[in-house]
Amino acid sequence: MTTVVKQKSDVMLNYLRPKMKFPSVWCPGCGNGIVMGAFIRAINKLGYDRNNMAVVSGIGCTSRMPAYMDFSSLHTTHGRALPYATGVKFARPDMKVAVITGDGDALAIGGNHFIHACRRNIDITAVLINNYIYGMTGGQGSPTTPSGAFSTTTPYGNVEKHFDACNLAIGAGATFVGRATVYHYPQLEKMIMQAMEHKGFSLVEVVSNCHTYFGRLNRRGDASAMLKEFKENAVNITKAKTMTPEELENKYVIGTLYVNDDKTEFCDEYHKLMDVAQKRKK
Amino acid sequence: MTETNQIDESRSRSKPQSKYDYSKGPLPLEINLEWCKACGLCITLCPKQVFETDRNAKPVQARPENCTQCTICWVHCPDFAITSNYK
Amino acid sequence: MAKNKRKLLQGNGACVQGAIYAGLRFFAGYPITPSTEIAENCARFLPQVGGRFIQMEDELGSMAAIIGASVTGMKSMTATSGPGYSLMQENIGYAYMTEIPCVVVNVQRGGPSTGLPTKVSQSDTMQARWGTHGDYNAIAVAPSTVADTFTETIRAFNLAERFRTPVTILLDEVIAHMRAIVPIPEEGEYEIVNRVKPTKPPEEYIPYEITENFVSPMPGYGEGYRYHITGLTHNTLGFSTNEPEEIVVKLDKLKNKIDKFQDEIMKLRVNNMDDAEVAFVSYGSVSRAALQAVSLARSVGVKVGTIQLYTIWPFPYDKLREICSRCQKVIVAELNMGQIIHEVRRALPEDIEVLPLQRYDGEILTPTQLLEKLEEVL
Repeated sequence: MTTVVKQKSDVMLNYLRPKMKFPSVWCPGCGNGIVMGAFIRAINKLGYDRNNMAVVSGIGCTSRMPAYMDFSSLHTTHGRALPYATGVKFARPDMKVAVITGDGDALAIGGNHFIHACRRNIDITAVLINNYIYGMTGGQGSPTTPSGAFSTTTPYGNVEKHFDACNLAIGAGATFVGRATVYHYPQLEKMIMQAMEHKGFSLVEVVSNCHTYFGRLNRRGDASAMLKEFKENAVNITKAKTMTPEELENKYVIGTLYVNDDKTEFCDEYHKLMDVAQKRKK
Repeated sequence: MTETNQIDESRSRSKPQSKYDYSKGPLPLEINLEWCKACGLCITLCPKQVFETDRNAKPVQARPENCTQCTICWVHCPDFAITSNYK
Repeated sequence: MAKNKRKLLQGNGACVQGAIYAGLRFFAGYPITPSTEIAENCARFLPQVGGRFIQMEDELGSMAAIIGASVTGMKSMTATSGPGYSLMQENIGYAYMTEIPCVVVNVQRGGPSTGLPTKVSQSDTMQARWGTHGDYNAIAVAPSTVADTFTETIRAFNLAERFRTPVTILLDEVIAHMRAIVPIPEEGEYEIVNRVKPTKPPEEYIPYEITENFVSPMPGYGEGYRYHITGLTHNTLGFSTNEPEEIVVKLDKLKNKIDKFQDEIMKLRVNNMDDAEVAFVSYGSVSRAALQAVSLARSVGVKVGTIQLYTIWPFPYDKLREICSRCQKVIVAELNMGQIIHEVRRALPEDIEVLPLQRYDGEILTPTQLLEKLEEVL
């Protein structure tokens, strides 16, 4: 069997980086690959010029993704993807900038950068792949590990409470917030498209499977079993509005949770400021 | 094609499920076995039970006539190992 | 020829004017005494010249943002003081590894920790060399006057672009807050260096190609070259590697690009050293006191000279040995408990006595103190 890719059905293969080793470093069945496929197909459908796009990531399993995709890619330090992306976007507002990040990367070590990127409403799309655990370092508890869940650093169950990344982003001022799962692929792809098209800070939280650690330590089974669990426990936002908090316990509320098109975007505002400053100089 | 395991006949439907006619052309899907990590997602997610596993737990198109080109297997393949020959 | 413009500027202001002259168009920072005026000046002047200023949420973010801006091809800078410089070390290391040019101004204050926010110090000298983890080669420059700050800032940008590396400007609180008349050069009066862009087409471009001078051409994002930048140890293609040979090639590149071209970086001011038996070695604001002390000592016939280090890192071992070859004693004057003195000791042969003059109470070293030390050692 040859690794030379035959171009028939899937445009996404055109976007894989030449000279990069495939298959990826991820475990068999890892949701990261599904999200990467969705991201690429979304960009392709939007018809963006890939020379005018930057993908930035931090550290973690998820953050290895930009290396595989044929865009300008920046694999940075742990938690700092958003400030790096802020630098890229602010310096080149015409570029499309996306950040691929994980739950530990964005919400623990990068929590401060996350809320401030939301607050600025800078036109960056953050795809936050939430697998409820630290994968790369071997299954430690993360800020999204549910209370009571097991990880290698919570061997008796997690005594802490967890973050809801979407609510956090809405509270901090993000103007497009949505959640999808790796099972609900069409929705995921569409949501990434909407987020990329949205002017302002957009967050797509993707509920994903780390069956290697989270699944194994919490008896959730393999990749297939975890995807089935997402299917069974996902509730669309329109239906969720009719449900009680008790009914919504342990459910994944998916769909576009929040959109605000009225808020001004950071780079636009700065351009107005530049005009003012240059007039005053004269 | 790789050697197949025994096919569970009871799961196979009597009538072909697809509007596509695969009898003259290639198989409905092309599977890149070098990239496939045998996670099993395509096999369990396929609504028409097109796949069976080979002895390496990688997918084999055991019931190609059932394939409706619904996209589920290739969009969920985390390793981009499945492409369609018809879409 | 038109007479040069002159401006009354603070050290921090001169730094910003010098940076804009050198092509600074992106500043990200976080307020911290005594560097805050640099951020304030950038917020005011950068948008006037089409540049961008952003106040980030912390120093980690500031350093990250200027690196992000630099990969698009924009000249970028941040400014901070000791505590912020410690926070920036993580991403400064990233810039060393990925070879992204940028300038970091550290207006030194007393430490460790929050230390002495409003008092002068030179105690980050070693941090500028060894601040972040791992093996790398660092460049740091240290101006001693307000006018110097203008020109050394230009030099720092030129070095960053020429060597594709972060460059630290070690200011200290005294120069940063001092006001003086600074000549403002005309456009073109000083050479401005820009990073080398690739000439090969994108499909043949190798991001970390080993060139003759070990510096690889660097396109900006959005210029048609799609390549990968990672803080992981990478091969010439820019992809992470665990291959022993490729790791050695990368780390040697970081070392050689600076080691083998030190002459382009070195800058010292040598004063009265031809017949000097005793020499003061100093940098930053202390150099001013040293010059004054030497002129007073010379007026009564003492054979003393000064060596001022403009380039602190890489350290001028060979040059110092050459200049001090006729000295019997060398006094290293610095505002810390002894940092550069160790390098001077390493540079000089054992028969030259190297003596410390250190002050770390948050006050400046005065010419009188230098003269007292001179009397003591003579």
